[in-house]
Amino acid sequence: MSQVIIYDTPDRSVEDISKDIKSKFPAVEVLKAAPKRLHLQVPREISFEVCKFMKEGLNFEHCSCVTTVDYLDHFTVVFHVSSWTNHILSEVLVDIPRDDPTVDSITPLWGGANWHEREAYDLMGIVFKGHPDLRRIMMPEEFKFHPLRKDFIVGRRV
Amino acid sequence: MPTDEMWINMGPQHPFNHGLWNLRVKLKGETITQAEPIIGYLHRGWEKMVENRTYSQIVPLADRLCYGSSLSWNHLYCLTAEKIYGIEAPDRAKYIRVAVLELQRITSHLTWLMAVGTDLGSYTIMTWSIRERELFLDLLCKLSGARMTYNYCRIGGVRSDLPENYERDVNRTLDEFEKRLRDLESLMDENEPFLMRTVGIGKMDGKTAMNLGLTGPIMRASGVEMDLRRLDPYEVYADMKFDICTHTDGDVYARYRVRMDEMRESMKIVRQALAQAPAGPIRVKVPRCPPKGNVVNHVEDPRGESLMYMVSDGSERPYRLKVRSPNFVNLSASPPMLVGFKISDVPAIMGVMDMCIGETDR
Amino acid sequence: MDIDLSFNAMTMTAKQFGEMTKTMMRETMVATGGKQVIDKITAPIWSWGQRNSVYPLHFGIACCALEMAAAGGPRYDAERLGIVFRSSPRQSDVLLLNGWISAKLRPSLKALYEQMPSPKWVIAMGECTISGGPWYDAYNVIQGADTFIPVDVYIPGCPSRPEAMIQAFNMLNRKLTAENRGSFLDD
Repeated sequence: MSQVIIYDTPDRSVEDISKDIKSKFPAVEVLKAAPKRLHLQVPREISFEVCKFMKEGLNFEHCSCVTTVDYLDHFTVVFHVSSWTNHILSEVLVDIPRDDPTVDSITPLWGGANWHEREAYDLMGIVFKGHPDLRRIMMPEEFKFHPLRKDFIVGRRV
Repeated sequence: MPTDEMWINMGPQHPFNHGLWNLRVKLKGETITQAEPIIGYLHRGWEKMVENRTYSQIVPLADRLCYGSSLSWNHLYCLTAEKIYGIEAPDRAKYIRVAVLELQRITSHLTWLMAVGTDLGSYTIMTWSIRERELFLDLLCKLSGARMTYNYCRIGGVRSDLPENYERDVNRTLDEFEKRLRDLESLMDENEPFLMRTVGIGKMDGKTAMNLGLTGPIMRASGVEMDLRRLDPYEVYADMKFDICTHTDGDVYARYRVRMDEMRESMKIVRQALAQAPAGPIRVKVPRCPPKGNVVNHVEDPRGESLMYMVSDGSERPYRLKVRSPNFVNLSASPPMLVGFKISDVPAIMGVMDMCIGETDR
Repeated sequence: MDIDLSFNAMTMTAKQFGEMTKTMMRETMVATGGKQVIDKITAPIWSWGQRNSVYPLHFGIACCALEMAAAGGPRYDAERLGIVFRSSPRQSDVLLLNGWISAKLRPSLKALYEQMPSPKWVIAMGECTISGGPWYDAYNVIQGADTFIPVDVYIPGCPSRPEAMIQAFNMLNRKLTAENRGSFLDD
């Protein structure tokens, strides 16, 4: 621990990385490849393999966030992962159907995604397969609803 | 003598935790074998509430996400909203924002020092930090009118221009603070009990820190030199000259040292930003409804990497606004730091992490 | 009054004996007029002691808690007025609520309030404790602390300034002067 890990100039460019991903997984769609930003649309079945390749092969060391959005006919899970070596913040969008809200968890790859996925389960009801400890985090255990869904209406005084 | 392991609840009301959260520790004698933080006592459903407000009504609500460093959340929200509108603030507003953000960073670190003083039982550190913090609160109150939740940044710029002689006042305060900072540091660096309680406690190495999602001064204290102001510059940080403070030990003393050095670097940035601010307008006009789309934006908060993800459906209210708070992840990564140490080390380890539960629970 | 001076009086517990003595003494003092004399001396002294040493509980919820901490700092200095923050609810007089109260916190807060020994008072600091504040349509915020515990002083502000908090303690001071508790053998 006596040396400092430094991130100076990026090793590879965004175009190189997006070409690598596209050649290994043709089903992935690159939505945007701008300087320091890479947005991908990934089908649900290969989301774990793509994330594993990004972590081990392409140096994406850090998981910033796991978000979910409720578009009324489907859900979208958004993984934000960063590569500090290459100075890129990447957004991986995975669409999942509303009647089967499950997706593979990325906690085995990045431990930092643990509580984000618990919160997504608590507030939106998405089940992450392979998560070590999926239970509610903000609301009490007995709470029966998922508050961030669009059909949970607030707006009156509690 | 046969002993049993026992679970103890430290919280929600406990003198050492700032804000309301619960730390369940499993003890074998006095040594911690397992730890589990429990949050949710301050959850108010911020992300659901903002779906019911217009874009400009959310600006004061973003302040109250983390009240210790409220300008940095205010600024993050305004920057994300500007991206989704597709506009950019004028140059003078950018320089003013950078200067005020660094003043807020110093204030937030002094609030942290006050908490550290309370936790380690040293009332002198607490009182002296509050006294220095009042100097900066005076400056920010002169600028925006409030002591804590400033509501100063707006979508498209800042609320009002700098008052008369502001640069002179800031420089005078910073000169005075530099002298007092030396006194404050000597209270801790030359204090044998403080060093005994902090050196070698709560260690974590760089690779584990990166995997667990830690960011900010805690990660920089474990030997990883990563600062978003250098890696992905926003506003005018690319023009500012400053060093990234790191330390290699990864224990409580290293985290304290990194924050004290960061206060000095912030002072440098404030002086540069105010000297280089050009004349010009401070705000641009913003339309009512933004175009459809989604944006992601991240900045270097005093506690780590904070990120906002905004989805707009073309109406005057956001469709989804997600907040990633650095404290949420730092807290989830704290059990490895606690295991193996004694229960009386808990205030030192958790106090130095700079907790602000308002942003953790949202 | 029910004294049984028969043989069974020897089998009282210590608690029963204490109650019997106290009741006997109180009724004697009232009958002879001695209580009135002692009250005139003790009530002002007790009341003066109580109102000049109001100890709040060290309980910070949210934003207003930082202003509460600043009120204890060197510029506003609440300690010169007798306001010393205590860590345990059993040793405090005032429950100072500062910050929004969520549904998960409500049972803990009720337990804290019940653990405080009487006489006790509650001060609601900030808009969130008065009526929910800016979170009027949140699913998890209780709209006001006075929906489940009795509140004595309300401090408006978002966040309230430290001077406002000190003024609230002054108002509590005046309320205690008016109540003038502390008569001999009354709780």
